[in-house]
Order: sequence, then structure tokens, then C-alpha cells
Amino acid sequence: MNVIQQIEAEQLAKLKAARPIPDFAPGDTLRVNVNIREGDRSRVQAYEGVCIARSGGETLNANFTVRKISYGEGVERVFPLYGPVIASIEVVRRGRVRRAKLYYLRERRGKSARIVEKTNYKPKAPAAAE
Amino acid sequence: MRTGVIAKKLGMTRLFMDDGRQVPVTVLQLDRLQVVGQRTVEKDGYTAVTLGASAAKAKNVTKPMRGHFAAANVEPKKKLVEFRVSEAELVEVGAELSAEHFLVGQHVDVAGTTIGKGFAGGIKRHGFGGLRATHGVSVSHRSIGSTGGRQDPGKTFKNKRMPGHMGDVRVTVQNLEVVRTDADRGLIMVKGAVPGSKGGWVTVRDAVKKAAPEGAPVPAGVKSAAAPAQAEAAAEGGE
Repeated sequence: MNVIQQIEAEQLAKLKAARPIPDFAPGDTLRVNVNIREGDRSRVQAYEGVCIARSGGETLNANFTVRKISYGEGVERVFPLYGPVIASIEVVRRGRVRRAKLYYLRERRGKSARIVEKTNYKPKAPAAAE
Repeated sequence: MRTGVIAKKLGMTRLFMDDGRQVPVTVLQLDRLQVVGQRTVEKDGYTAVTLGASAAKAKNVTKPMRGHFAAANVEPKKKLVEFRVSEAELVEVGAELSAEHFLVGQHVDVAGTTIGKGFAGGIKRHGFGGLRATHGVSVSHRSIGSTGGRQDPGKTFKNKRMPGHMGDVRVTVQNLEVVRTDADRGLIMVKGAVPGSKGGWVTVRDAVKKAAPEGAPVPAGVKSAAAPAQAEAAAEGGE
């Protein structure tokens, strides 16, 4: 392991310990609690939507994209998985999908943009459970 | 002016800071960085220190250079660089510099050799716009266009930007912030990009255009006070 990988692994271990990441996948509905700083005050705002993509795997640079319809307009936000802007992530609903990237949802609205709930979800490992 | 250091560029990563910032950093490594020689006013007419980094195999070092290393009582080095310093800031020969030479939060200038791009056209080399895609332009879409006047001045001016060799030049990036130092592993993490490829040599010194950092080790951040004596003893024992 080279020095850069070491530095990243150390950070990853620290960040994982500070804020555990729940087990989630594309198709799941998430509530992301985002830290917002307004001048000196900071508060937490929830951003709820469907996770349509994850990228970066298990690395420090992992991202995920959350899409929601806000006042009739589609909004997508890309979060760094280990970024300090995120206070916490909650899984609201697990969806059954057959793609890793759900970009097809961008062309769909309403009924056709629904995702069926996953009924057979099993936590991967006891440690990974929420 | 304090001495700079020779460092090896390891690559870039990002740091998530405790205060919630994410910072893109270049990781620079100090590898067995020692003072190999001094230049003094009496002998050379100016003052400077010669630093050497990394270890070279003795068989790959020329005999005259081996003599120089033996005189300084240090292991043969791969890379040697001279840094001008004031007389008060001369570092004794054999001292090993640590990453704590620089303070977190101070600014540094980093110089290195950029990645060579070979013979490059005007668009890549100087950011020219090229010619149009249509309207009768044939073959020369990426050409540089006109190079100057007509009958008057009747020549193309000197220094007109044209295609040619790009990259592989020494470039200094000024005022980069030191985000973190790691003395155990000899790492300096600097905010932003640094010229050169991974594994390339760069020189790092206090920023010329910022005030000298307060509380920085003078004459240099040496690896503990007893270290030079120990290193010399070890070198003698090894020979």
C-alpha cells in the first residue's frame, strides 16, 4: 500500500467510526440530514429523495446521487459519502430495481417513476445493519 | 531566508478536515533529506546549503561525487539541490531535515518540472481558438491563423506565440498553503496542485510573497537535536 492509499485508509477508518454509513443501494429512498451554515449558526436540513446512483465504491471519494421532485421540478444532489456536510443518512424505504444507475427516472414523472418496495431485504452483516 | 527542502511528489488526495472543510492536497515526501554541504563567504563568496535527498546506490555514483559524500560523511544521495540562505541560517552538514520545517497554515512556493507534452499546436499550447468548423475552412481547423501584419511591418514579430515544444519546463507555483505535516512519515501536504508527475522531484521553500512564518524552526526543522550526531556515528560505524 503506498502512502496515498495509507492516508486515505486512515481517514476512511476515522470517518466511518465518526458517522456510520447505513447499508443502502440505488432505488432506496433516503433522508439525508445536511449541515447548513448560515453565518455563525449551523442547523440541519433534511433532504429526502430516491438514491439513483452510487459511485466510488468503498473509497474515500465515494459519492451518491439523490433525486427528488421539488415543487414539480426534478432536483438532483450529489453528496460525498464521507463528506462533513452530511450529519446523518436514514433509509426510509428500500426499493426493488434492476439497474445500478436509475437515470431513466429523469424522463419519467408520476406513476411511471414509482419504484416497487423491496420486501425481501436482509441486512448484509450484523455490523452493517442500521 | 531559511533553506527550502527537496521533496518527492507522491500524488494528490483529499482531506476531510475537523472543521468540516474538504481540501484537495498534494502529498510531498521528504526522503532521508540531509545537508550535504555548505557554501560560505570565505570560501565561495556566498552562503548556501546543499541538500541531498533519497539514497543512491554507491555503484551508481561517480567517484568524484563519492568523494564529496565521504567528506560530508553522509550516504550517497540521488538528488542534490543548493539553497541560498543567510549566514545565520546555515545548517550544519549531516543534519537531517524533518517535515516540521514547515508550519501548518504557512504558505510555500513549490518548484518542479512540468510534464512534457511534446510538440503541441497553438490551441493546446496557448489556448488559441482555432478556425471555424464550417464556412469554407478546409484542413486547417486547428491552425493558429494569422501571425501578424501585411506590407507594414512586413514581418512577424519576435515572440509571436506559435506551435512548439510544451511542458518539461521548470515552473514555480507560489503561495500554496501547508495543510498538514507528518514528521513520522516525512510528509508535507500542500493545498492544490504542484508541477510535475508522481515521483518527480520538487523544491519547497517559504513563500517569497508572504511574511516569514512566525515560530518556524530556525535555521531549519532538524530531526531532533541529537539526530545529526547519531547519524554521523552510524555512518562511521557503517564504513
